[in-house]
Amino acid sequence: MRAMVYRGPYRVRVEEKEAPRIEHPNDAIVRVTRAAICGSDLHLYHGMMPDTRVGMTFGHEFVGVVDQVGPSVRTLRPGDRVMVPFNIFCGTCYFCARGLYANCHNVNPNATAVGGIYGYSHTCGGYDGGQAEYVRVPFADVGPSVIPEWMDDDTAVLLTDAVATGYFGAQLGDITEGDVVVVFGAGPVGLTAAASAWLMGAGRVIVIDHLEYRLAKARSFAHAETYNFSEHADVVVLLKKLTDHRGADVAIDAVGAEADGNLLQHVTSAKLKLQGGSPIALNWAIDSVRKGGTVSVMGAYGPIFSAVKFGDAMNKGLTLRMNQCPVKRQWPRLFEHIRNGYLKPTELITHRVPLEHIAEGYHLFSAKLDGCIKPLIVPTAA
Amino acid sequence: MAYTPDRPPLPESPEELRARIPGWGADLDPADRPAVPKEVYDPHPYGAVWDFPERQPEHWPRERSIEHAFLTPVFGTSCPPRGVSGAIRKFAYRRYSEGRAAHWLLLVGADRVDTLGSTLRSFATRHPDNPITETGILAEFKHHGIRSRRGQKRADLVHQPLDLVIVSWPWIAAGVLGFRTVRRLSRRVKR
Ligand SMILES: [Zn+2]
Ligand SMILES: [Zn+2]
Repeated sequence: MRAMVYRGPYRVRVEEKEAPRIEHPNDAIVRVTRAAICGSDLHLYHGMMPDTRVGMTFGHEFVGVVDQVGPSVRTLRPGDRVMVPFNIFCGTCYFCARGLYANCHNVNPNATAVGGIYGYSHTCGGYDGGQAEYVRVPFADVGPSVIPEWMDDDTAVLLTDAVATGYFGAQLGDITEGDVVVVFGAGPVGLTAAASAWLMGAGRVIVIDHLEYRLAKARSFAHAETYNFSEHADVVVLLKKLTDHRGADVAIDAVGAEADGNLLQHVTSAKLKLQGGSPIALNWAIDSVRKGGTVSVMGAYGPIFSAVKFGDAMNKGLTLRMNQCPVKRQWPRLFEHIRNGYLKPTELITHRVPLEHIAEGYHLFSAKLDGCIKPLIVPTAA
Repeated sequence: MAYTPDRPPLPESPEELRARIPGWGADLDPADRPAVPKEVYDPHPYGAVWDFPERQPEHWPRERSIEHAFLTPVFGTSCPPRGVSGAIRKFAYRRYSEGRAAHWLLLVGADRVDTLGSTLRSFATRHPDNPITETGILAEFKHHGIRSRRGQKRADLVHQPLDLVIVSWPWIAAGVLGFRTVRRLSRRVKR
């Protein structure tokens, strides 16, 4: 089959690779019809995530058609059109039994701190991902859902991570009616978090980014008030001034480890790997939220320690809430919101890249060319 | 207002927000949100019919965190460890827990060794690594590389030149090494 393969930092290519096989009785093999590149794939692409091996196929956001099922699979049949949450999870361990599907203990031998994720380095279990023609889906009875008839593949693929995670980020903020919510990062996750904050009753939603086209999308897609941090000397002071010198009630970090805006942080984390990520957005969140406020984090950070301003968080009495999104738990509600027209995920899609041109897709997305917000990957056979 | 007990007034009332934003307040009740309460004991919620899953066969000694009691019943099979990078990786897993910086720094180090080794090895194949096609740099011409950056006040432009160094250092190093070798050889020939 044809698959995207990692060759080293900033280098990927498409090559002929052995098609995945059933390795466990509850596996399915899915023929991919749509995949996406995620902002967190850039951490892998930039070589920031430990144990990202040459030869690995990325892609934790994909949908497709069931091609084969293992002998113990009961709920899926070949030919079913399925969406697959980015989390791999068993459904019954201590953590899954408590709804923490992102924290499954039975799928990632390489680490206990993080669960299994498709195409997300060996730190997340060493599974190949969906930027390929075929992908192995473990626990086929548990993870995937048949795509509802009314939903197209483009919407479904956005629900496998970006939109579910954005909505989850707003949930982690414990927003109550009238709260002032500030969202750092206007990528697909931040944009959805901002839009979701309104659904939860926010009184004011502010989005911070440095890319004008993404801020424009934050105004149209998420009806948000927007500021470009590169036009302001100090974004924390700006946010204090905007909120009567009190701070926002809720701050959402939808940036994670790839944060720009501070060259020192960027060099020590992204370049020298001395940090598990440049926590500049997280530190802005901690500094700009009000005392007693809540900081929600679903930007992805690596396992190496990061220079987070923990003292400020402690002194301000903040609640810090964070996790990888338990995607499947969000789906029933998100389906309703999409049917009602409250969320319109496909508005986030800016580019469609054939799998064969994925190297250019990664560069385009990484360098933020051409107004790129969300690139989809279309395999040749799809 | 931070200096008085009142909450600052909002720019818009709930009625105005409801009129302006589709679905405003649809999830107003925190108790009714999908992730609330945070943890509910509910085994077998999605089609699982096991308490402990069947075990996937282990075809090679699969590396695992020493924080696990045993190899997890299901695991990925992409890229078994091999060569020098594989030895470093196996050592990092065998020796250090996830709590130790050494564990992660060794793994990051192994990644760099893997990249260099794989790149060099690729030159002996019919499919050598190609810095032009693999970096996707041609997208600069097809997707308005200059226009996307000029006059945009982007914060990431400062470090983009650094990215170039990261991408090209193996080729630069190989070039410098090659040049020196050729020069040394030609001097020897002249003598
Ligand atoms: Zn993602
Ligand atoms: Zn589990």
